[in-house]
Amino acid sequence: MTIQFNEETFRDDYSFHNSARAIKRFPFPFHEDSYMYSVNMEQHRGGPEGSVYENRFDVDEHYLAEMRDRAMVLADDPLRCQSLPHMTLAGWDLLEVIMVSKSEDYPDLFELHRDGDRWRWINKPMGIDDTFTFLDETTLPYGPMEYITRQAQGDFCILDQRDEMLWMDAGMITTQADWSLDFDIGMNFFEWHAPVPLAHELGIFTRALKFLLNIPQGAPARRLNWTMTVNPLLDTSPENYHKWGIQKTSLTPENVGSKQHLRVELQTFFRLPRSNALVFPIRCYLIAFQDLVSMPKWGRRMHRVLRELPDELATYKGFIDNRPMMLDYLSKFDDGQPTSPGVWPDPETEPPLNTEIRNHTDGNSVDHNRSA
Amino acid sequence: MSKFQFPDSILSRPVYGTLAPRQGKSHLMIADAEGAEAILDLAARDAGLMSNSHIIYIPKGTDFAPKLGALSVAQLYVGPSYEASLPRLRHVLANAHQGLQVYLAGTEGLIGQAQNEAMRAGISPTSIQTEHRGSVARRMQCVHCKGITEDVMHDPFQCAHCGLHLFVRDHYSRRQAAYQGVCVDAEDPGSAPDPVELYS
Repeated sequence: MTIQFNEETFRDDYSFHNSARAIKRFPFPFHEDSYMYSVNMEQHRGGPEGSVYENRFDVDEHYLAEMRDRAMVLADDPLRCQSLPHMTLAGWDLLEVIMVSKSEDYPDLFELHRDGDRWRWINKPMGIDDTFTFLDETTLPYGPMEYITRQAQGDFCILDQRDEMLWMDAGMITTQADWSLDFDIGMNFFEWHAPVPLAHELGIFTRALKFLLNIPQGAPARRLNWTMTVNPLLDTSPENYHKWGIQKTSLTPENVGSKQHLRVELQTFFRLPRSNALVFPIRCYLIAFQDLVSMPKWGRRMHRVLRELPDELATYKGFIDNRPMMLDYLSKFDDGQPTSPGVWPDPETEPPLNTEIRNHTDGNSVDHNRSA
Repeated sequence: MSKFQFPDSILSRPVYGTLAPRQGKSHLMIADAEGAEAILDLAARDAGLMSNSHIIYIPKGTDFAPKLGALSVAQLYVGPSYEASLPRLRHVLANAHQGLQVYLAGTEGLIGQAQNEAMRAGISPTSIQTEHRGSVARRMQCVHCKGITEDVMHDPFQCAHCGLHLFVRDHYSRRQAAYQGVCVDAEDPGSAPDPVELYS
């Protein structure tokens, strides 16, 4: 097999880690030295070889560990996976698109053999070899959406489209950035986004909805979103916030590099063929600050983005209290040199960290209001 | 006056109107407490409506029931609690005919739950009107234990089921007919601020 799957955890001892390859292909979300909401959509038609954009559904070294974590979350709380009764057909649509995509994109890992509606699915990494009847729920151990998303990294929302609106009517949500499927299921696009600050006033959701309603068959789209997580914790759910929230206070100047993670969501959007629903996979990538700053460009830029981020966004994303400590750490990796445009790390062309300048700004980095 | 002007809020928060008489073969009115006043106002605008009306009313300690009784409606039920009225409500909805108009008035918890029942029975949302009257107390779901705490008047409040201290959000789920409560002191246990009355 081409991918070495990590033996790692996203809880308890947090043995999650990124290999050098995973660091280099990390989907860094900032294309310039500042950040504000935008409808940052682009077509999801591949990307540079080896990047997370190359395939329709990226499979990486964390696959097996993420699937183990999902199974544990579901055992604790089955309400993380729900599908309203009219969404079963969309679940089959999703099963088909994932099986077809993965077997084509990773033929050494996944196989799909179809003989009419008699399908055989082989998932080698997970040791699954199932034969079932397409569109017959009784031939699978779970509903079609749950069956396939127990074998696919990332959360999945399936959005029904009716009345010129999208409705959150099904989902597998175990790695969410603090929102509850159980509470939001059945809501429309504006309702489930209601708690997001600033973006409504900027017209972001009106434009995003217009774009999404018009995504056609065979032309998926993608965007990145991001937040911050202390410890490589996938299950940052509101359901368990009373358990994990305290971990935010465990950050110290000594451990911020290893504990503080940038959390990036690769969000993709596919029109589903039979149901006309839209599937919205939300794939979560985590990277520790100490790994992020190993790319000099990313270290410089992360510092500048966090320094300039409006307080409302830092509050909404849940790291306003830790921001000073994060900036203290990151300032050591920002020598003030310019950064190249775009998200790629450009390690061959970006200058290494200039420690002269670093040492100069290092001693007293408490004043974060220095204008850029 | 039992009407309260809610401040602007986020888009998932329900907004309520003013009940208006509508053409319909029959009319189902469900109200609690001061919601009775909205029905009395409706009757004042169109007394003819009432002879085809079925009122389901939960007084919650108020004394509007005799006034509703004087409206000469087709059917009037005065019950001790919303839960007690549910079998009757479901029966009426299950046997409803095309052309039924639904009027909901009173607290947010009553309106939200009855709206849910009506929609599950297949009543079109365009045939359902709502008017908030009386208490601004909220029906809250604890996002952690999923338990519902009725008639929450303070923020934060203690979950009636798991005991966590919860912050009262404006985020609202029609399916739960409830607002979301989220642990207020997760990052500093024991630091829950003193409760403040809603909209005070």
